[in-house]
Amino acid sequence: FHRLFILLVHAHFISKMAAVQDGQVDLEVEKKEIKTETSNDGSGNNNANSSSPGSTSLGATSKSPTGPAEDQQTLLAVLQFLKRNKLNESVDILRREAGLSVEIDDSPGSASGGAGSGGASNSTVDGGDTNSLLSRVSIAIPAAPAVTAAPVPPKGLDQPDVNVVLSAYSQQGDPDLYPLYYNGLKKFIESVLDCHRAELSQVFYPLFVHMYLELVYNNHEVEAKQFFEKFSGDQECYYAEDLRILSGMTKKEHMKGNETMLDFRTSKFVLRISRDSYQLLKRHLQERQNNQIWNIIQEHLYIDIFDGMPRSKSQIDAMSGSLAGEAKRDANKTKVFYGLLKEPEIEVPLDDEDEEAENEEGKPKKKKPKKDSMGSKSKKQDPNAPQQTRIPLPELKDSDKLDKIMNMKEAAKKIRLGSDNLPSICFYTFLNAYQGLTAVDITDDSSLIAGGFADSTVRVWSVTPKKLRRVKSAADLSNIDKESDDVLERIMDEKTASESKILYGHSGPVYGISFSPDRNYLLSSSEDGTVRLWSLQTFTCLVGYKGHNYPVWDTQFSPYGYYFVSGGHDRVARLWATDHYQPLRMFAGHLADVTCTRFHPNSNYVATGSADRTIRLWDVLNGNCVRILTGHKGPIHSLAFSPNGKFMASGATDGRVLLWDIGHGLMIGELKGHTDTIYALRFSRDGEILASGSMDNTVKLWDTLKAFDDVELDDFTAATGHIHLPENSQELLLGSYTTKSTPVIHLHFTRRNLLLAAGAYNP
Amino acid sequence: MADREERRFAEVPRESVKLMSESAGVELSDELAALLAEDVCYRLREATQSSSQFMRHAKRRKLTVEDFNRALRWSNVEAIAGYGAQDALPFRPIKEGELFFVEDREINLVELALATNIPKGCAETMVRVNVSYLDGKGNLEPQGTVPSAVQTLSEDLLKYYQQVTRAILGEDPHLMKVALLDLQSNSKMAALLPYFVYVISGVKSVSHDLEQLNRLLHMVKSLVQNPYLYLGSYVRSLVSSVMYCILEPLAASINPLNDHWTLRDYAALLLSHIFWTHGDLVSGLYHQILLSLQKVLSDPVRPLCSHYGAVVGLHALGWKAVERVLYPHLPAYWSNLQAVLDDYSVSNAQVKADGHKVYGAILVAVERLLKMKALSLSLPAERGFGAQPGSGGVAGFRVSSPGLSPPPEPLSEAALGIASHLQGPGGAGTPWEDWTPVPLPAMYCELYSFFGDSLAVRLSTGPSLGGCPPSALSQPADTRKEPPGPAANPDTARKMPQLTANLNVSPRQDGSPRPEPAPPSLAATAPGRALARSSSSSSIQRRNSSSRPGQRSVGPSRDVFPKARFPPPQAGPPAFSFLIGGRQTGRRCQGRRFQTSFSPAPPPSSAPPRTYAHKLPVIGRVGKPLRRWTCSHYSLHLPL
Repeated sequence: FHRLFILLVHAHFISKMAAVQDGQVDLEVEKKEIKTETSNDGSGNNNANSSSPGSTSLGATSKSPTGPAEDQQTLLAVLQFLKRNKLNESVDILRREAGLSVEIDDSPGSASGGAGSGGASNSTVDGGDTNSLLSRVSIAIPAAPAVTAAPVPPKGLDQPDVNVVLSAYSQQGDPDLYPLYYNGLKKFIESVLDCHRAELSQVFYPLFVHMYLELVYNNHEVEAKQFFEKFSGDQECYYAEDLRILSGMTKKEHMKGNETMLDFRTSKFVLRISRDSYQLLKRHLQERQNNQIWNIIQEHLYIDIFDGMPRSKSQIDAMSGSLAGEAKRDANKTKVFYGLLKEPEIEVPLDDEDEEAENEEGKPKKKKPKKDSMGSKSKKQDPNAPQQTRIPLPELKDSDKLDKIMNMKEAAKKIRLGSDNLPSICFYTFLNAYQGLTAVDITDDSSLIAGGFADSTVRVWSVTPKKLRRVKSAADLSNIDKESDDVLERIMDEKTASESKILYGHSGPVYGISFSPDRNYLLSSSEDGTVRLWSLQTFTCLVGYKGHNYPVWDTQFSPYGYYFVSGGHDRVARLWATDHYQPLRMFAGHLADVTCTRFHPNSNYVATGSADRTIRLWDVLNGNCVRILTGHKGPIHSLAFSPNGKFMASGATDGRVLLWDIGHGLMIGELKGHTDTIYALRFSRDGEILASGSMDNTVKLWDTLKAFDDVELDDFTAATGHIHLPENSQELLLGSYTTKSTPVIHLHFTRRNLLLAAGAYNP
Repeated sequence: MADREERRFAEVPRESVKLMSESAGVELSDELAALLAEDVCYRLREATQSSSQFMRHAKRRKLTVEDFNRALRWSNVEAIAGYGAQDALPFRPIKEGELFFVEDREINLVELALATNIPKGCAETMVRVNVSYLDGKGNLEPQGTVPSAVQTLSEDLLKYYQQVTRAILGEDPHLMKVALLDLQSNSKMAALLPYFVYVISGVKSVSHDLEQLNRLLHMVKSLVQNPYLYLGSYVRSLVSSVMYCILEPLAASINPLNDHWTLRDYAALLLSHIFWTHGDLVSGLYHQILLSLQKVLSDPVRPLCSHYGAVVGLHALGWKAVERVLYPHLPAYWSNLQAVLDDYSVSNAQVKADGHKVYGAILVAVERLLKMKALSLSLPAERGFGAQPGSGGVAGFRVSSPGLSPPPEPLSEAALGIASHLQGPGGAGTPWEDWTPVPLPAMYCELYSFFGDSLAVRLSTGPSLGGCPPSALSQPADTRKEPPGPAANPDTARKMPQLTANLNVSPRQDGSPRPEPAPPSLAATAPGRALARSSSSSSIQRRNSSSRPGQRSVGPSRDVFPKARFPPPQAGPPAFSFLIGGRQTGRRCQGRRFQTSFSPAPPPSSAPPRTYAHKLPVIGRVGKPLRRWTCSHYSLHLPL
């Protein structure tokens, strides 16, 4: 069976179909299976539609929970898919492997029909036995939220066509009654006790959206417009963007291929409601026999019920705003090893090295740890750290060790930052960047700066007196005395020395750029759908990684090198290794573009920010999504991990920076102050200061030490995730520094804690 | 909700769709067209929506055509060609009918291809470092210096700099002209500005060479006129160089043959130009200039040419500056000047000539002061009212016409701030604290006491401005050049005849006192009014009533000559006329013989402006036969 999947995957690749989107292809030798995400995502992964980039029905197969019946079903679905795509050879192989008879194979028509009708039956029970349905749900939910999905099998399991997905909307109701229903519910919610009102009001938005879509789908254009005009004003302001898209969509034909619509349709909107509030709502709907609404709630909403105090409006507002509601509580239950890997033991010819090592346990320090079996005995293992060998990391080279020693020496001279000791800021302004500067990166040792431009070029500058030189040509290299001590110097071609070099190769704007930690390589991701690896020795392109078939918005090297991550318009983030032309992992689950990608300092996790206004944390080892963080009200454009790996900061187009505790999966701070998209975030080397740079031409410094200290995490909040955010973002703001007319698009702390910022002068 | 309804999307009307389809040769029914139109709108919105993400990721605020095309390309729609230009496309409406269109100019490819002015390559993309040093509290500390590496001049600029400076300071006048012109219009030499300013500051080292000084001043002028340059604080440096040319006793002025006067005039002109166009760049510039001018003026040790510079400088800065600095200072200064002018020794000849230059300059300055003052009174008032400056003067003083007052700072403010510095050394000048606007008649009287009739000539034209049609003013007055400075009213300026021009522009003719052959009859025809004075030191005439704070060395002679007589206001048309019996010749001093009439307000009805205007230019010019006006009502009581 496992081999079968390999074959499948193989077939998948050779057939050059759109890449697998849903479910991560796990190439790890032991596992060899397509990872499922059932617990995290429900049917949210099912992006199956013709216009959604690179989506195929294959993803749908991964949805089914394990179990013989589902296995069978899955197989059938796969077979069907293969047949439809005329992969007869694969079909044969699969049949043979699975031992399926032809009869069974021929039956899927009925099987899928059954599934389809199953879905349909759910939608046609309008007037049916609502009470029993209700009771079934109410029992199911508290028991195991995951099971709630069971009564309503994932739509389009076998027939992922858009039409089928949409057909869920085909239930007919009197269009004139829609406003009445909505109004009724509105009146009811307004009349309930204050403590429940805020919670129940969450229902408005998804209800509104789905009722509107139903109206549109059933060709009640006029009614839909009226409905929209009447109730769109009631929705929270942070949904304005989506509402705008919705309002433009007034025809059934438009629903086909509209990504936002499909996001609504294919994913369940997740609400968190306390048990009391939920009972209230249920009772009301039962009394009124309000089936229309009930059906929508049942089909398109996922109500995550918790015991305890209902949440306040501000608590709800802090967490909501994403495209698909909040994260389910159990989505963030997985343990995350956020600790740092142990430092390698390197003999440093300095006396103060011992001090350094001792400091390490006490205070978090951004250093490149490196697994080293030799030295691991001497230091205690951080309980929160992953095993050193959890993911294989490259061996240290001699040059890396040298660099590490340099790093430590520099770190010894590091300035201790704090609220009373702010860093000086050095701003690198790109002048004459008519081409449009789209991305910047600075090496860890702050010796090189690279810019990606909208004219497809990548430019590298040396910001030290040391010029950039190319390695000599092969012919010249053969003449070099390889035994000489300065061979590394001799291989460089002095004639090519210059302050900057231009790298040509992309055929679209370069949106993401990243130096390798050893400064030998540079990654760039572009609108042309490729990620390119450049050598900084020869200043040529080494590899073009093709996998994203759509613009790649961001890319970043692992802090240990070798691995890198990329994310793009196809809503998938991919993990690559520099020596593999295919991705090692595919992180799928976002409902919209993956806009930024960051490695966790211990390289075991990858964080991705998305235009669906969520942040996800993925486990590199198994490709699982281990955290879903909601709360932003706009596409997320910047992420940063604190050097100790415990916290994360994120910035979005809404101009807010949110702070997260990774271990608990909780939002622990909100930093308000920017007025435009935040494109750059960076923690100081010791994590005491967070610098944020924005389109509004400012760099702001925040006291993160205080922000993290102020958070009180008792068991209850940790368990429920309902945190009261301290309203102290103005106290946390340590300074705001404006440029003349230069949006800040990159920030970097040098090893001595000088803040570097970069951006293009924008006259 | 209401505002949501207003926020509609742009829509493509079905007519447009029909039109399009017809142009493609397809007939569409209305219904179909409507459906299509709606779909088109939707697709447009969708494309716009998805194009915005390209903008966001390019970290821009502005959506470009390129973004839109990318969105189209990724949704498998053909991109739109032809709109890739970086600059904004003008979107214009047609007045008739609500039609909007994107202007799409035709480009002549041949012309473009054969164009000789190939644009130079854009400047190279580069990285520049700025450091904000923060102290512990997060406050910005003074900015560090920019690394020299990024500031060095490019090869081209260096070459340009060398060529231009060589051309301007070199021998070839043609080359100089070209270089100056380029300096005036070159948009790419901002980086060289400090270097040019440095070159200009070299005036001090070439003060012996009038030619070089002139060239440097021309350079200043070109820089100032270059619209692409932002002079910033370099204005200060330029001004100091120009002031040097105006005020300093240049080495070149030792030789009387050197026409350093013209240089000073030109420099003063330039000063006013800089000040009026760039004065706002440096705060307090106006008052710094005033201060230094006043210092020079009140320093008796300075040579007369410096004083001359100060006077023309003040004149160039506008009549308010004259009123503020020169006028209060005049009584003190006059005694010195008078001493020079009255010294007829041969050894003093040169100094005396210089003194006359100063005298002329002061005269021009105060004349304009009076005129502008009268104008500023008459402007706000109604015509009839303005016709009576004597009576209406006080009321109108505070009203200053905006065009005539210096722009940067209100005068009153500065008067307080600078007052302490301005205590004239001899205490002769009126301290600025006490400065109060002197009413026009008082001022006139005082000035008249210095200048006599030579003053009244020009003043008389002032108030009649409104009444005189321009055609009447086009008297064949042989004005050779306009006086320097911002002559606010061309009419007044034009009427300023010969004398002004002589004083200011052609000083060479002016080695001696006014060269006019005074008709001997003049003295005679003013019976009882004009007496021959044996001492020219008593050549000051004052009105009886005037109270002058200055020295009164000429006391006894003062009362002998009633200078002007203001007839009491009459009933009927507010006519204002008085007669002046001019001070007449001192026997030894053959010059300065003037007669005039001062009639600021000819009643419009009683006198046709034409006749009035006719006699004006002649009055000051005693060299011309004057008989024609003997019978004029307004003329002097002298049979001219």
